[in-house]
Amino acid sequence: MKRLRRRGQEILLTLPSFFWLSLFFLIPTALVFILAFRPADPFGGIGRGWTTATIKGLADPQYLAIAWRTLWVSFLATAICMLLAVPTGYAVARVSERRRNLLLMLVIVPFWTSFLIRVFAWKSILHPEGFIKKILVFLGLVDPGASLLYNLGSVILVTVYTFLPFAILPIYAAAEKFDYRLIEAARDLGARPFEAFRKVFLPGIRQGLVTAVLVVFIPALGSYVIPDIVGGPGSELLGNKIAQRVFVDRNLPLAGGLSIVLILAVLAPLLAVLALQREKSRIEPPPADTES
Amino acid sequence: MAEFFEFKNVSKRFGSIQAVDGVSLEIKRGEFFALLGPSGCGKTTMLRVAAGFETPDSGRVFLDGRDITDLSPNRRRVNTIFQSYALFPHLTVRDNIGFGLQIAKKPKAEIGREVEAMLSLIRLEDQADKKPDLLSGGQRQRVAVARALINKPDVLLLDEPLAALDLKLRQRMLIELDLIHDQVGITFLYVTHDQGEAMSLSDRIAVMNAGRIEQIGPPAEIYEAPRTSFVAAFIGDTNFLEGVVADHPEPEYSRLRIDGLPDVMVYNDKQIADGNKVFLSVRPEKIQISRDRPESKTKRNAVPAVVEDVIYLGPTTKYWVRAGNHRLQILRQHARFFLDEKPIRWKDDVWVFWHGDDGFMLERFRRDDEKLVAAPPQKVGDE
Repeated sequence: MKRLRRRGQEILLTLPSFFWLSLFFLIPTALVFILAFRPADPFGGIGRGWTTATIKGLADPQYLAIAWRTLWVSFLATAICMLLAVPTGYAVARVSERRRNLLLMLVIVPFWTSFLIRVFAWKSILHPEGFIKKILVFLGLVDPGASLLYNLGSVILVTVYTFLPFAILPIYAAAEKFDYRLIEAARDLGARPFEAFRKVFLPGIRQGLVTAVLVVFIPALGSYVIPDIVGGPGSELLGNKIAQRVFVDRNLPLAGGLSIVLILAVLAPLLAVLALQREKSRIEPPPADTES
Repeated sequence: MAEFFEFKNVSKRFGSIQAVDGVSLEIKRGEFFALLGPSGCGKTTMLRVAAGFETPDSGRVFLDGRDITDLSPNRRRVNTIFQSYALFPHLTVRDNIGFGLQIAKKPKAEIGREVEAMLSLIRLEDQADKKPDLLSGGQRQRVAVARALINKPDVLLLDEPLAALDLKLRQRMLIELDLIHDQVGITFLYVTHDQGEAMSLSDRIAVMNAGRIEQIGPPAEIYEAPRTSFVAAFIGDTNFLEGVVADHPEPEYSRLRIDGLPDVMVYNDKQIADGNKVFLSVRPEKIQISRDRPESKTKRNAVPAVVEDVIYLGPTTKYWVRAGNHRLQILRQHARFFLDEKPIRWKDDVWVFWHGDDGFMLERFRRDDEKLVAAPPQKVGDE
């Protein structure tokens, strides 16, 4: 009886967010799925009846290439973000409290400027007449004719720049709670500094690492503003294609089909993490000190 | 026997605090050695220097004749049991214990065998696949012991290993640690602020205060013959009496003149010359108390006093008495209590007496150390 009442309370409490998510997430997502199976009409609207032609059309090598590129660009950007965020998070967690607040400020400061403006700023930073290009040319590292912009390199660079703070923050939060005596214990038991880092610190901040990977990888998969602004024709991602289908071709069913591919790509890592965490959350209470 | 583990003139400063101030120590192979002192006395810094987590500002550390001062922690044959155990939460008990061997890249079969042996030593075979946070405090402590011992260190460092346990468990782990020490025969360096632990486990104790060593010796010597006022007051309780050496009625014994008391005899092994100002320390349980005047014997010191406080403690009773302008504490064990024909009560006139051998003249005295002696206020509300 008591259990039932508690269950009822739980449902009552989750009802508002359930309605909210249904209205603005579940229903639109379902609409996107439905859209993908409707034919397009020549005037940019939705035709009558049902068709699987759009989904089948996605097997086009052009789309496969773009899907593949989206995956590995996101993966590479996530990997670079992690390589930068782990040492940063560690360093921020280890300095004195006063300096820590300053460093955290510096991580957060970019959010004070609009995302779009910051991406546009990269356009002038990497501009052929810009100072970075001039320095690199002067140092002989870059050919004067080469472009720093409108290629995959600039897309990855700006993606890393954009999502790095999102990776640093969860890693910092985990590193801040980490018990650094464990590193001393590992060193004491014979581990070299890097071994202690790998075998004790990284597993210790696992939760933060998982969060960081998700908050970088998932938005990177769906990003279209960055490749649109600093990318070129050779660096289009799935997001750009969807936007083109909607805004340029007005082929909504095809946009829906591409969106399904993207949703599935996002869902896969998320489900994997959820499965892992479910396995972890079985907890037994520690026994009392009664045995001899 | 050659000294096995040696600190030579080690000093370490943190900012404005001199944590360790020129400490020299020699620990023998297989010895159970305790570093005892209040918090902030530098004992933990000594342990961290021994483990390699701190580099001394000056001085050297030798292990088995080899200078290990600049060796990093992973290259020392020294392992630590940390105060909070610092077990790896993401590893099972088995993997925690095997960590050191795994780092050393020992063959899998050997690791498995050694871990099993350790699990049976600490009697946790049935918990081997649990994570540490599912274990009780005592079990965690034993895992920490096994994890350190499996590497067969030359020295095992123990940093207040029992501090996190409750009293009953602490007493049991005390015996267990002693047994383990007997079984493995490794040198133990045990850091604690708990005199009971240090006294019951150690072969020798070094009492530390303010970064220096006050006295080194076997537990009984530390307790029975403290050299300084700090040792006398920190280990157990004591009475301090300020006096002047009057004369030497016997070659080994001096007569002390103490303000407001009859002259007292005291064993003078340090050959302190007549006319010197000294401090006498007499332990409360060495003093007897009686309503009758004791018969006078040579070297027996008897002093008339008035009882000011009676504190019943169960097995013992503590009496605070005033003798002249001194307050003395006396601890008495009861043979009988309710049937005592002449019980000593508040405001009674009594005699207190002790043998001349039971008083010690201190080599070093600081007024501050008197505060370590737990004296009740002289009047209500008087602090």
